[in-house]
Amino acid sequence: MTMTMTRRQALFVGAAAIGAAALGQSAAPAFAANNLDEIATKFTGGATPIEGKVKLDLPEIAENGNTVPLTVSVESPMTDADYVKEVILLADGNPNAGVATFHFSPASGVAEANTRIRLAGTQNIVAIAKTNDGKFYTAKKQVKVTIGGCGG
Amino acid sequence: MSTPKPRIKLDKKEAKKGDIVEVKALVSHVMETGQRKSADGKVIPRKILNKFTCTVNGKEVFAADFEPAISANPYIQFKFKAMESGPVVLTWIDDDGSKVVGQDSIKVL
Repeated sequence: MTMTMTRRQALFVGAAAIGAAALGQSAAPAFAANNLDEIATKFTGGATPIEGKVKLDLPEIAENGNTVPLTVSVESPMTDADYVKEVILLADGNPNAGVATFHFSPASGVAEANTRIRLAGTQNIVAIAKTNDGKFYTAKKQVKVTIGGCGG
Repeated sequence: MSTPKPRIKLDKKEAKKGDIVEVKALVSHVMETGQRKSADGKVIPRKILNKFTCTVNGKEVFAADFEPAISANPYIQFKFKAMESGPVVLTWIDDDGSKVVGQDSIKVL
Protein backbone atom coordinates (compact mmCIF):
# COMPACT_ATOMS: atom_id res chain seq x y z
CA MET A 1 0.00 0.00 0.00
CA THR A 2 2.92 2.29 0.55
CA MET A 3 4.85 4.15 -2.11
CA THR A 4 2.00 4.48 -4.57
CA MET A 5 4.00 6.70 -6.86
CA THR A 6 7.07 4.54 -6.87
CA ARG A 7 5.00 1.45 -7.39
CA ARG A 8 4.17 2.78 -10.80
CA GLN A 9 7.84 3.24 -11.45
CA ALA A 10 8.56 -0.19 -10.06
CA LEU A 11 6.10 -1.70 -12.48
CA PHE A 12 7.71 0.21 -15.28
CA VAL A 13 11.14 -1.04 -14.31
CA GLY A 14 9.80 -4.54 -13.96
CA ALA A 15 8.28 -4.39 -17.42
CA ALA A 16 11.50 -3.00 -18.85
CA ALA A 17 13.49 -5.72 -17.11
CA ILE A 18 11.27 -8.40 -18.59
CA GLY A 19 11.64 -6.84 -22.00
CA ALA A 20 15.40 -6.77 -21.65
CA ALA A 21 15.50 -10.33 -20.38
CA ALA A 22 13.38 -11.48 -23.28
CA LEU A 23 15.91 -9.97 -25.65
CA GLY A 24 18.66 -11.84 -23.86
CA GLN A 25 20.14 -8.69 -22.40
CA SER A 26 20.98 -8.10 -18.81
CA ALA A 27 18.07 -6.92 -16.68
CA ALA A 28 19.83 -3.81 -15.46
CA PRO A 29 17.74 -1.12 -13.77
CA ALA A 30 16.07 1.15 -16.29
CA PHE A 31 16.49 4.15 -14.04
CA ALA A 32 18.73 7.05 -14.71
CA ALA A 33 21.09 7.48 -11.81
CA ASN A 34 19.57 9.29 -8.85
CA ASN A 35 21.52 11.36 -6.35
CA LEU A 36 23.70 8.40 -5.32
CA ASP A 37 26.97 9.82 -6.67
CA GLU A 38 26.31 13.14 -5.02
CA ILE A 39 25.75 11.60 -1.59
CA ALA A 40 28.65 9.18 -1.98
CA THR A 41 31.03 11.99 -2.93
CA LYS A 42 29.86 14.05 0.01
CA PHE A 43 30.44 11.11 2.33
CA THR A 44 33.93 10.27 1.05
CA GLY A 45 34.99 13.85 0.40
CA GLY A 46 35.96 12.84 -3.12
CA ALA A 47 38.14 9.88 -2.14
CA THR A 48 37.66 6.68 -4.13
CA PRO A 49 36.62 3.85 -1.81
CA ILE A 50 38.51 0.56 -2.04
CA GLU A 51 36.52 -2.57 -2.84
CA GLY A 52 36.55 -5.07 0.00
CA LYS A 53 36.30 -5.48 3.76
CA VAL A 54 32.61 -4.58 3.56
CA LYS A 55 30.08 -7.40 3.31
CA LEU A 56 26.54 -6.72 2.17
CA ASP A 57 24.02 -9.43 2.79
CA LEU A 58 20.74 -9.05 0.91
CA PRO A 59 18.48 -11.50 -0.87
CA GLU A 60 19.24 -11.84 -4.57
CA ILE A 61 15.54 -11.72 -5.31
CA ALA A 62 13.18 -9.79 -3.08
CA GLU A 63 9.52 -10.61 -3.52
CA ASN A 64 8.34 -7.62 -1.53
CA GLY A 65 10.16 -4.36 -2.15
CA ASN A 66 8.53 -2.84 0.91
CA THR A 67 10.66 -4.74 3.35
CA VAL A 68 13.95 -6.20 2.22
CA PRO A 69 16.27 -7.49 4.97
CA LEU A 70 19.77 -6.10 4.80
CA THR A 71 22.87 -6.91 6.83
CA VAL A 72 26.08 -4.97 6.48
CA SER A 73 29.30 -5.92 8.21
CA VAL A 74 32.80 -4.55 7.97
CA GLU A 75 36.01 -6.40 8.79
CA SER A 76 37.73 -4.47 11.51
CA PRO A 77 39.41 -5.14 14.87
CA MET A 78 37.23 -2.33 16.33
CA THR A 79 39.93 -1.20 18.74
CA ASP A 80 40.61 2.38 19.78
CA ALA A 81 43.43 2.50 17.23
CA ASP A 82 41.58 0.94 14.33
CA TYR A 83 37.81 0.95 13.99
CA VAL A 84 34.97 1.62 11.57
CA LYS A 85 33.33 4.93 12.26
CA GLU A 86 30.46 5.09 9.80
CA VAL A 87 28.78 3.00 7.17
CA ILE A 88 26.48 4.63 4.65
CA LEU A 89 23.94 2.62 2.65
CA LEU A 90 22.74 3.85 -0.73
CA ALA A 91 20.32 2.54 -3.34
CA ASP A 92 20.62 3.63 -6.98
CA GLY A 93 17.02 3.01 -8.02
CA ASN A 94 15.00 4.67 -5.27
CA PRO A 95 13.66 8.24 -5.58
CA ASN A 96 16.36 9.23 -3.10
CA ALA A 97 19.59 7.27 -2.89
CA GLY A 98 19.97 7.61 0.88
CA VAL A 99 18.91 4.59 2.93
CA ALA A 100 20.69 4.80 6.27
CA THR A 101 23.94 5.69 7.97
CA PHE A 102 25.25 3.57 10.83
CA HIS A 103 27.60 5.04 13.41
CA PHE A 104 29.98 2.68 15.17
CA SER A 105 32.66 3.08 17.79
CA PRO A 106 35.09 0.74 19.58
CA ALA A 107 32.24 0.26 22.11
CA SER A 108 30.24 -1.42 19.33
CA GLY A 109 32.68 -4.35 19.40
CA VAL A 110 31.65 -5.43 15.91
CA ALA A 111 30.84 -3.26 12.89
CA GLU A 112 27.66 -5.04 11.92
CA ALA A 113 24.02 -4.02 11.69
CA ASN A 114 20.82 -5.32 10.20
CA THR A 115 17.67 -3.50 9.16
CA ARG A 116 14.85 -3.73 6.64
CA ILE A 117 14.67 -1.40 3.69
CA ARG A 118 12.35 -0.29 0.90
CA LEU A 119 13.33 -0.82 -2.70
CA ALA A 120 11.31 0.75 -5.52
CA GLY A 121 12.54 -1.81 -8.04
CA THR A 122 15.50 -3.90 -9.14
CA GLN A 123 18.61 -1.96 -8.31
CA ASN A 124 22.07 -1.87 -6.77
CA ILE A 125 22.71 -1.36 -3.08
CA VAL A 126 26.01 0.28 -2.21
CA ALA A 127 27.65 0.35 1.21
CA ILE A 128 30.60 2.63 1.95
CA ALA A 129 32.49 2.29 5.23
CA LYS A 130 34.66 4.99 6.74
CA THR A 131 37.40 4.06 9.19
CA ASN A 132 38.74 6.21 12.01
CA ASP A 133 41.90 6.92 9.98
CA GLY A 134 39.90 8.20 7.02
CA LYS A 135 40.00 5.18 4.72
CA PHE A 136 36.97 4.17 2.68
CA TYR A 137 35.86 0.67 1.73
CA THR A 138 32.89 -0.30 -0.37
CA ALA A 139 30.69 -3.16 -1.51
CA LYS A 140 27.83 -3.35 -3.97
CA LYS A 141 25.04 -5.82 -4.51
CA GLN A 142 22.17 -6.04 -6.94
CA VAL A 143 18.72 -6.99 -5.69
CA LYS A 144 16.02 -8.07 -8.10
CA VAL A 145 12.63 -6.94 -6.89
CA THR A 146 9.79 -9.12 -8.12
CA ILE A 147 6.93 -7.33 -9.82
CA GLY A 148 3.73 -7.27 -7.83
CA GLY A 149 5.60 -7.65 -4.59
CA CYS A 150 4.55 -4.13 -3.81
CA GLY A 151 0.89 -5.13 -3.75
CA GLY A 152 0.31 -4.53 -7.49
CA MET B 1 -1.67 7.99 17.24
CA SER B 2 -0.49 6.64 20.54
CA THR B 3 3.17 6.59 21.31
CA PRO B 4 4.59 3.38 19.88
CA LYS B 5 6.16 1.02 22.35
CA PRO B 6 9.36 -0.52 21.06
CA ARG B 7 10.10 -4.20 21.41
CA ILE B 8 13.66 -4.84 22.50
CA LYS B 9 15.52 -8.10 22.85
CA LEU B 10 19.07 -8.68 24.06
CA ASP B 11 20.56 -12.08 23.28
CA LYS B 12 21.90 -12.26 26.84
CA LYS B 13 21.05 -10.64 30.16
CA GLU B 14 24.44 -11.31 31.69
CA ALA B 15 27.77 -11.15 29.96
CA LYS B 16 31.44 -11.42 30.74
CA LYS B 17 33.44 -8.27 30.27
CA GLY B 18 34.31 -7.94 26.61
CA ASP B 19 31.55 -10.25 25.38
CA ILE B 20 29.56 -9.17 22.36
CA VAL B 21 25.86 -8.62 23.06
CA GLU B 22 23.33 -8.55 20.23
CA VAL B 23 20.37 -6.20 20.36
CA LYS B 24 17.23 -6.51 18.27
CA ALA B 25 14.59 -3.82 18.33
CA LEU B 26 11.34 -3.12 16.52
CA VAL B 27 9.05 -0.08 16.72
CA SER B 28 5.59 0.38 15.27
CA HIS B 29 5.82 3.40 13.03
CA VAL B 30 4.33 4.23 9.63
CA MET B 31 7.63 5.67 8.29
CA GLU B 32 5.70 7.79 5.79
CA THR B 33 8.06 8.48 2.88
CA GLY B 34 6.75 11.84 1.71
CA GLN B 35 6.51 10.32 -1.78
CA ARG B 36 2.97 9.03 -1.57
CA LYS B 37 -0.15 10.92 -2.55
CA SER B 38 -3.52 10.69 -0.89
CA ALA B 39 -6.72 10.03 -2.85
CA ASP B 40 -7.22 13.76 -3.45
CA GLY B 41 -3.78 14.07 -5.03
CA LYS B 42 -2.03 15.82 -2.18
CA VAL B 43 1.39 14.64 -1.15
CA ILE B 44 1.28 12.96 2.26
CA PRO B 45 3.96 14.74 4.27
CA ARG B 46 7.03 12.81 5.32
CA LYS B 47 6.97 11.43 8.85
CA ILE B 48 9.72 9.03 9.77
CA LEU B 49 11.94 8.15 12.69
CA ASN B 50 15.12 9.75 11.41
CA LYS B 51 17.61 9.04 14.15
CA PHE B 52 18.36 6.13 16.42
CA THR B 53 20.83 5.88 19.28
CA CYS B 54 21.69 3.21 21.79
CA THR B 55 23.51 3.93 25.02
CA VAL B 56 24.77 1.44 27.58
CA ASN B 57 25.22 2.90 31.02
CA GLY B 58 25.08 6.35 29.44
CA LYS B 59 27.72 5.71 26.76
CA GLU B 60 26.75 5.61 23.12
CA VAL B 61 27.54 2.25 21.53
CA PHE B 62 25.64 2.52 18.26
CA ALA B 63 23.68 5.12 16.33
CA ALA B 64 21.95 5.32 12.98
CA ASP B 65 20.42 7.92 10.69
CA PHE B 66 17.38 6.68 8.82
CA GLU B 67 16.04 7.86 5.47
CA PRO B 68 12.55 7.22 4.07
CA ALA B 69 13.94 4.04 2.45
CA ILE B 70 13.73 2.30 5.81
CA SER B 71 10.68 0.04 5.97
CA ALA B 72 7.60 0.76 8.04
CA ASN B 73 7.86 -0.56 11.60
CA PRO B 74 11.62 -0.12 11.51
CA TYR B 75 13.72 -3.02 12.68
CA ILE B 76 17.29 -2.63 13.80
CA GLN B 77 19.80 -5.21 14.92
CA PHE B 78 23.31 -4.41 16.10
CA LYS B 79 25.92 -5.45 18.62
CA PHE B 80 27.89 -3.91 21.44
CA LYS B 81 30.78 -4.90 23.64
CA ALA B 82 29.76 -5.49 27.25
CA MET B 83 32.07 -3.40 29.43
CA GLU B 84 29.96 -2.39 32.42
CA SER B 85 26.56 -3.17 33.88
CA GLY B 86 23.80 -0.67 33.40
CA PRO B 87 20.69 0.31 31.51
CA VAL B 88 20.56 -0.21 27.75
CA VAL B 89 18.55 2.73 26.43
CA LEU B 90 17.29 2.88 22.86
CA THR B 91 15.99 6.19 21.52
CA TRP B 92 14.32 6.96 18.21
CA ILE B 93 13.68 10.55 17.16
CA ASP B 94 10.66 11.37 15.00
CA ASP B 95 10.58 14.06 12.28
CA ASP B 96 8.16 15.98 14.52
CA GLY B 97 10.74 16.02 17.32
CA SER B 98 9.00 13.49 19.54
CA LYS B 99 10.97 10.59 20.97
CA VAL B 100 10.35 6.90 21.31
CA VAL B 101 12.36 5.41 24.15
CA GLY B 102 12.81 1.81 25.18
CA GLN B 103 14.95 0.31 27.85
CA ASP B 104 16.55 -2.96 28.90
CA SER B 105 19.60 -3.71 30.99
CA ILE B 106 22.83 -5.68 30.91
CA LYS B 107 24.74 -7.18 33.79
CA VAL B 108 28.47 -7.55 33.34
CA LEU B 109 29.87 -10.29 35.55
